[in-house]
Amino acid sequence: MILYTGAGTQSGALNALVRGLAGCFRRQELYVALTIVALCTTVQLRSGQFLSMNNVVDIIVSMIVPAMFGLCALIVIVSGGIDVSFTAVASLSMFATTKILLSTGYNGSVFWAFAMSALLGLILGAVNGAIIAFFNLPTLIVTLGTQGVFMGILQGALNAQEIADVPQAIFDFGNSRLFVATNPTSGLSSNLSSSVLILIGLILVTFFLLRYTIWGRGVYAIGGDAAAAVRAGFPVKWIKFSIYCLVGLIAGIAGLTRVCMMQNCQPTNLIGMELLVIASVVLGGVSITGGSGTITGMLFGTALITIMSNSLLLLGIRSYWQNFFTGLLIIVGTGISALQLVASHKRLPRIMDT
Amino acid sequence: MEHTAESTPTLRDRIAALHRRDSDLANLVIMMAAVLLIIAVMKPAKFYTFNNFQSMAYQFPQVGLLALGIMLTMITGGIDLSVVGIANLSSITAALTMISLVPPSASGAHVLLVVLLACGIAIVVGLVAGLVNGWLVSTVGIPAILATLGSMQLFRGIAVIITKGKGLNRLPPLYTTIGNAAILGIVPVPLIVFLVLLALVGLLLKKTTYGPKIYMLGANATAARFSGLNIRRLLNQTYTYSGVLSSVAGLVMMARLNSAKADYGLEYTLQCILIVILGGVKPEGGFGRIGGLLLAILILQFLSSVINMFPHVSNFYKLLTWGLVLLLVMIFKYFTVDAGRSGVRA
Repeated sequence: MILYTGAGTQSGALNALVRGLAGCFRRQELYVALTIVALCTTVQLRSGQFLSMNNVVDIIVSMIVPAMFGLCALIVIVSGGIDVSFTAVASLSMFATTKILLSTGYNGSVFWAFAMSALLGLILGAVNGAIIAFFNLPTLIVTLGTQGVFMGILQGALNAQEIADVPQAIFDFGNSRLFVATNPTSGLSSNLSSSVLILIGLILVTFFLLRYTIWGRGVYAIGGDAAAAVRAGFPVKWIKFSIYCLVGLIAGIAGLTRVCMMQNCQPTNLIGMELLVIASVVLGGVSITGGSGTITGMLFGTALITIMSNSLLLLGIRSYWQNFFTGLLIIVGTGISALQLVASHKRLPRIMDT
Repeated sequence: MEHTAESTPTLRDRIAALHRRDSDLANLVIMMAAVLLIIAVMKPAKFYTFNNFQSMAYQFPQVGLLALGIMLTMITGGIDLSVVGIANLSSITAALTMISLVPPSASGAHVLLVVLLACGIAIVVGLVAGLVNGWLVSTVGIPAILATLGSMQLFRGIAVIITKGKGLNRLPPLYTTIGNAAILGIVPVPLIVFLVLLALVGLLLKKTTYGPKIYMLGANATAARFSGLNIRRLLNQTYTYSGVLSSVAGLVMMARLNSAKADYGLEYTLQCILIVILGGVKPEGGFGRIGGLLLAILILQFLSSVINMFPHVSNFYKLLTWGLVLLLVMIFKYFTVDAGRSGVRA
């Protein structure tokens, strides 16, 4: 205790300021929020188009699917794992759903389409979960393997090609919108897709699960220290298994949301997005070693990445800089998080070193 | 074991002895025999030909070199997901050097000099890229998975920016001639490059102190630190080796494809990790042998060639096969190797 207070008085004023701000946000969330503000201001000054109503709506709309995937990555990373297969799960479940609905001539409500895609996602997620939880295998390698299997099934066994004519229910839902934002100067308008409601629903459910259930506390406990979680009486295997089931379910919904929003079913263009999603989650302050992370942070991270790619276009930077900036953001985001971890270890009293 | 040495040992005795000494390696030998046997039943006429074996010897070195790099990093308990990115970035810089320094009327000696220079530059690029990875992992302290996931995007991004996303063709013919040549008409140059580097890595692991040090680091990082190992330097070294091996893989790939591009071989990452795991390297670190790796490379190459022999089977089934084999191998190992171990590893 003495060591703690000693460290505290050294840089009192600055610490007090940071602590005051940290009252509203956790530290990395604050940095990300400030970066977003700086980025938005720069783009607004350079292009004058950023804060137009239609651009803001555009950004929100292009955040919908990445944020759903962000929930997937968030839950897994908080539990101390890493999942690179959720885009494959999403692709396979949305393609199979669309195909089945088309071949049966389905013309009911869009709800059942989502339910079906979610169920397929849940089954695929359960495959991940079973292998990871019951064989205690490394998550990255398992999900790399299942990613290969799922994509192999999609492109090999199902011989997936783009489907341009999606079922009517999906088409109608994709066309529905909450409101239209029009830019008075350019005359361009953007629709706020109803899919944003699904995102809000998923966020609320995930928030509730992580924050207010024993299951959610277990996810954080496993990420913090799996051995301690076992000792504390958490059913670690079952929690791990259910994590991947839930992630599969969310991925299935995200996949079909994508179909609704694009109005066509493109089997492969979600693949590769997982890296961006992981980047945004890590940028949002989710601890890379597991055990901590918030949905707010994830949303900030997703917003930053989305705004960045949106701004590259507005600033007239060619799209082939995208990979470079993504990589840079992953490294900077994880780097800050890693250095903070090192710093926090240094602040702890050491008993091992002489 | 005296009697087996004196009387002529049967094959079964030998395999049993190998199994006692190194069960991973023995399993791989059995697996390879099984694969060869199945092929002998299914497609003997097409598979067991000189031409097929030669063409396989052209195909696997590039993947093998990448897998070798990943193996070193995995022995230390890390992983290198950026190998493909480094390979492409190196081959692109080499291609640019060759294209810009070779005038159409250049003499043979001039071209050769430029080709050598270009290869040198490519290897330097691999070295620097590897050092960046090493620095991120050892000094900044980012977990290897995330650091190399990020640097993969970074290297690929740089490659895309340099080439504007286009492929670089028009390499000097001399380069592709050398890269696709076969010594005495039998042994392909890529195979020789691979074998030389395999031997070098083998020596590094067996005959220098670097080997035991990285096994120790991978097995127990805390113990390694308190034994006075310079962990930062070891990690830098390992990721640098991985970078250099990747750049050589990039050079081989460029000769084989006669072009360089930022997004060649993206599917190799999965394949290489499969090879490394199949070869007995543990993702937690501390284990892994050159022999196992070589056998794993061969087994997968055999499988891949056989899949190619069925023209109506889509190439995407390979992805399915790799994923499935990776999962099955890990589950199999769980039941055999880890059966005695229980409890939770944090």
